[in-house]
Amino acid sequence: MQAMVYRGPYKIRVEEKDVPRIEHPNDAIIKVTLAAICGSDLHLYHGLMPDTRVGHTFGHEFIGVVHEVGSSVQNLQVGDRVMVPFNIYCGSCFYCARGLYSNCHNVNPNATAVGGIYGYSHTTGGYDGGQAEYVRVPFADVGPAKIPEWLSDEDAVLCTDALATGYFGAQLADIEQGDVVAVFGAGPVGLYAAASAWLMGAGRVIVIDHLDYRLEKARTFAHAETRNFAEFDDIVVEMKKTTGWLGADRVIDAAGAEADGNFRQVLTGTKLKLQGGSPVALNWAIDSVRKGGTVSVVGAYGPVPNMVKFGDALNKGLTIRGNQTPTKRQWPRLLSHIQNGYLNPSGIVTHRIPLEHIAEGYHMFSAKLDGCIKTLVEPGA
Amino acid sequence: MTYTADHPPLPETPDQLRARIPGWGADLDHADRPAFPRERFDPAASGAHWDFPDRQPEHVPRERSIEHGMLPPVFGTAQPLHGVSGAVRRYAYRRFGEGRSAHWLLLIGADRIDATGAHLRSFATLRPDNPVTETGVLSEARRHGWSSRVGRHRADVKHQWLDPVVVAGPWVVAGALGWAALRAVRKRRS
Repeated sequence: MQAMVYRGPYKIRVEEKDVPRIEHPNDAIIKVTLAAICGSDLHLYHGLMPDTRVGHTFGHEFIGVVHEVGSSVQNLQVGDRVMVPFNIYCGSCFYCARGLYSNCHNVNPNATAVGGIYGYSHTTGGYDGGQAEYVRVPFADVGPAKIPEWLSDEDAVLCTDALATGYFGAQLADIEQGDVVAVFGAGPVGLYAAASAWLMGAGRVIVIDHLDYRLEKARTFAHAETRNFAEFDDIVVEMKKTTGWLGADRVIDAAGAEADGNFRQVLTGTKLKLQGGSPVALNWAIDSVRKGGTVSVVGAYGPVPNMVKFGDALNKGLTIRGNQTPTKRQWPRLLSHIQNGYLNPSGIVTHRIPLEHIAEGYHMFSAKLDGCIKTLVEPGA
Repeated sequence: MTYTADHPPLPETPDQLRARIPGWGADLDHADRPAFPRERFDPAASGAHWDFPDRQPEHVPRERSIEHGMLPPVFGTAQPLHGVSGAVRRYAYRRFGEGRSAHWLLLIGADRIDATGAHLRSFATLRPDNPVTETGVLSEARRHGWSSRVGRHRADVKHQWLDPVVVAGPWVVAGALGWAALRAVRKRRS
């Protein structure tokens, strides 16, 4: 089969690999019909995530058709059209029994601080991902779900992470009616978080980024106010000023490790890998939120320590909440919102590329070329 | 206002927001949000039909964090440890817990060893690494690299010049050191 493979920082190519095989009775092999490149894939691509091995296939956003099932699989049959949450989880450990599917303890030997994720280095378990023609899906009775007939492939693939994570980010922010919500990062997760904040009753939603084309999308897609931080000497002061000097009630960090805006943090965090990414957005979130407010963190960071302004967080009495999204817990509500026309996942898709062009797709996304917001990948196209 | 008891006024009322934004307020009730409460003990909800999963066979010894009490029952088998990078990774897993920076920095170091070894080995194959196609840099021409950056107030333009330095820099330094070493050997012989 053809699969995207990592060759080292900033270098990937498509190679022939063996079709994955059943390794556990509850495995399924999925033939991928549509995948996506996630913003967090860039952390791997840039060599930021420890234990990213040459030959690894990225991709944790994908849908497909069941190609083969293990002997204990009861809920799926060959030929089923399925969406697969980006989390790999057993469904029965201490954490899964409590609904913390993204924190499963039974699928990742390499680390206890993070659960299993498809195609996201050995730090999340060493599973090849879905930017390939086939992928091994463990615990097929627990993770994947059949895609409703009315749901398009594009909308379905975006439910596997980006939409669910954006919505979860708004949820983690504990939004009350009338809250002023600031979202740092106008990438896919930030746009979905902004759109979701309204569903939870936000009184005002402000999206901050430095890419004008993404801020334009925040205005049209997410109905949000926007600020380009590159146009302000200090975006935190602007946030105070625009909120009557209070600060936002809730702030969502949807940028994560690749955040821009401070050369020292970018150099040490994303270029030299001396931090688990550049925590610019997180520090701005801490400083922009009002005292007693909530900071929701759904932008991904690596496990290396970061230079975070924790003193400010303490002194302001903040609640900081974060997690990888327990994706499948979000799906029933998300599907309902899509059906009702409240959320339109595919509204942010800007590019569709065949798998064989994936190296150019990654560069385009990484360098923010051609108005790129979300790129879908078609294996076998 | 901030210096008095009231929240600063909002530009729109709930009715105005409801009229402007499809679905505004549909999830107002915290208790009716999907991941609420965050921890809810309900083992049957996941669809798992086991108390503890069958164990996946361990065909080759699988490295694991020393913060795990045992090898978890299911694990990825992609890219097993090999060579020098494998030895460094094995040491990082065996010696240091996840709370130690040494654990992660060794793993990042092993990643670079892995990549360097793979690049060198590729030159002995029919498909050597090609930095032009593998970095996707050709999309600069096809995807409007110039107009996507110039005059756009982009913060990342200030440091994107570092990317080629980070990618190619170690190769240039290694080449320069190799050249210097070669010259030194020649000088000593002559």
